[in-house]
Amino acid sequence: MLIDVHAHFLHDRSPRLDWLARNASRLRAGERVGITVHVASILGSWGASSPIYFPSPPDLEYGNDFLLQLQRSNPARIRGYAVVNPNFTTHALAELARCLDAGMIGIKLAASRRANDPLLDPICRVARERSVPVLQHIWQHRRREYPGQEASDAAELGALAARHPGVNFLLAHIGGGGDWIHSLAVVRDLPNVFVDLSGSGVDGGMLEACVEAVGVERLLWGCDLTIDTGWAKLRYLEHMLTGDELELVKWRNASRIFPPTAFPTD
Amino acid sequence: MRIDVNSFVGAYPFRKVPGTSSDGLLRSMDRVGIDQAWVAHLPSVFWRDPADGNAWLYETAGRQSRFRPVPAVHPGLADWEQSIAEALSAGVPAVRCDPMYYGLDPVGSEMRALVKVCGKEQVPLMLAVRLEDSRQRHPNDRAGELPPSAVRTLVRSDSRVRLLVTHADRPFIEEVHFGSTPEESARLWWDISWVWGPPEDHLETLLGTIGVERFVFGTGQPLRLPETSVAKLDLLDLSKEQRAAIESKNIVIWPL
Repeated sequence: MLIDVHAHFLHDRSPRLDWLARNASRLRAGERVGITVHVASILGSWGASSPIYFPSPPDLEYGNDFLLQLQRSNPARIRGYAVVNPNFTTHALAELARCLDAGMIGIKLAASRRANDPLLDPICRVARERSVPVLQHIWQHRRREYPGQEASDAAELGALAARHPGVNFLLAHIGGGGDWIHSLAVVRDLPNVFVDLSGSGVDGGMLEACVEAVGVERLLWGCDLTIDTGWAKLRYLEHMLTGDELELVKWRNASRIFPPTAFPTD
Repeated sequence: MRIDVNSFVGAYPFRKVPGTSSDGLLRSMDRVGIDQAWVAHLPSVFWRDPADGNAWLYETAGRQSRFRPVPAVHPGLADWEQSIAEALSAGVPAVRCDPMYYGLDPVGSEMRALVKVCGKEQVPLMLAVRLEDSRQRHPNDRAGELPPSAVRTLVRSDSRVRLLVTHADRPFIEEVHFGSTPEESARLWWDISWVWGPPEDHLETLLGTIGVERFVFGTGQPLRLPETSVAKLDLLDLSKEQRAAIESKNIVIWPL
């Protein structure tokens, strides 16, 4: 069993003409790697009609609906995160109810609002009530503002996680760019923050540092935009961890924080 | 046969990196099935005279038959041609220069002089676009990345020079390849260490548009996990011949 906790799919209204090929490539590569389930999100229109990280409510609905369709057409392989924009509180809460009722298993927050902002609190209360985790897009050590997103770093996620100790959070893509050393130091003592290993970064020493900081019990395997780097990290972990530890990272930790019926073995 | 053209030994100044010793590199090579590594001395990339690390590199590689040394040359220093002479007598597969780290204009007169000598002596010149993702670098690690325009300029500046460019991504490779004549691009090799696999499939695309013969196996270890370059090949549907070309034959033949 291998769960990719950080996947994405594209759709016909995204700017990418090759969206079908990319989706097919993800599933094909997943077969080769042995990914049992891709837990995925779609960030609105991927920039076509609203910004990727500031998606409009209609774009969010279309993306979430498309992902629900994918989940229904690939019930063994695909699960969904409901993506919402915290700036539209009423819409976000309604969209969460709709998507979670329809079978999505988590909440994805990208970079529409800083993670420590009070506007995220009602979303986290839903996460608590529905027992689903929140995957928070993170810029590892955000030293400045970056155009196109209101990115958060681990310290800001940490503040949110401390306010909501009953919610499990995924610190997104530790290998996704930025200073992961900074992030790991921040989340070390936050038991409800899990580190998602995805991202194109494959730095020597990063996986050792992750284990040292949060232990294997709070690591989650994932790929994001590069399945090759996900597979590389998995192969390295096979040498680094015991069999039981590896199982935690591959799927058991995910199985623990997602709803009990989320994955096939439950 | 799998040859890693892009590996290092020695400590990195900007963060803790495991496996930087020659023994560590050997263990890593065994772990992922690398037969031979072209090895550069990592600390001296940041030294005032990077060639000061060459003696240690030759000695280290001399003790291990699976290592082939890639010594550094700083063409802004007075005795740089001596570094080339030593490299030639040592039978190295390539020399490297990191102009951005040395504080050199990547297309300035020093680099052009180096390119001319490398062309004349038929020793390939290795250039790294970067060593780490710019988003994570240490605040004091401020050297710029090698720009694509520099590679285009350098390959044009001598008709015999052969360049091996490491750590380049798809846009970089496409810009240089399609911004060069077929004769120029035939003298360029690209390591696959920084090219994305699926689902974006950048490597598959490049192999189709530019050709298998332009790509070589490289990892950037120990700064990067060498498993990555193996994984991205394992995710492709390559023929046995194509895979062998990337993993060793393209770089062994060095056709002109």
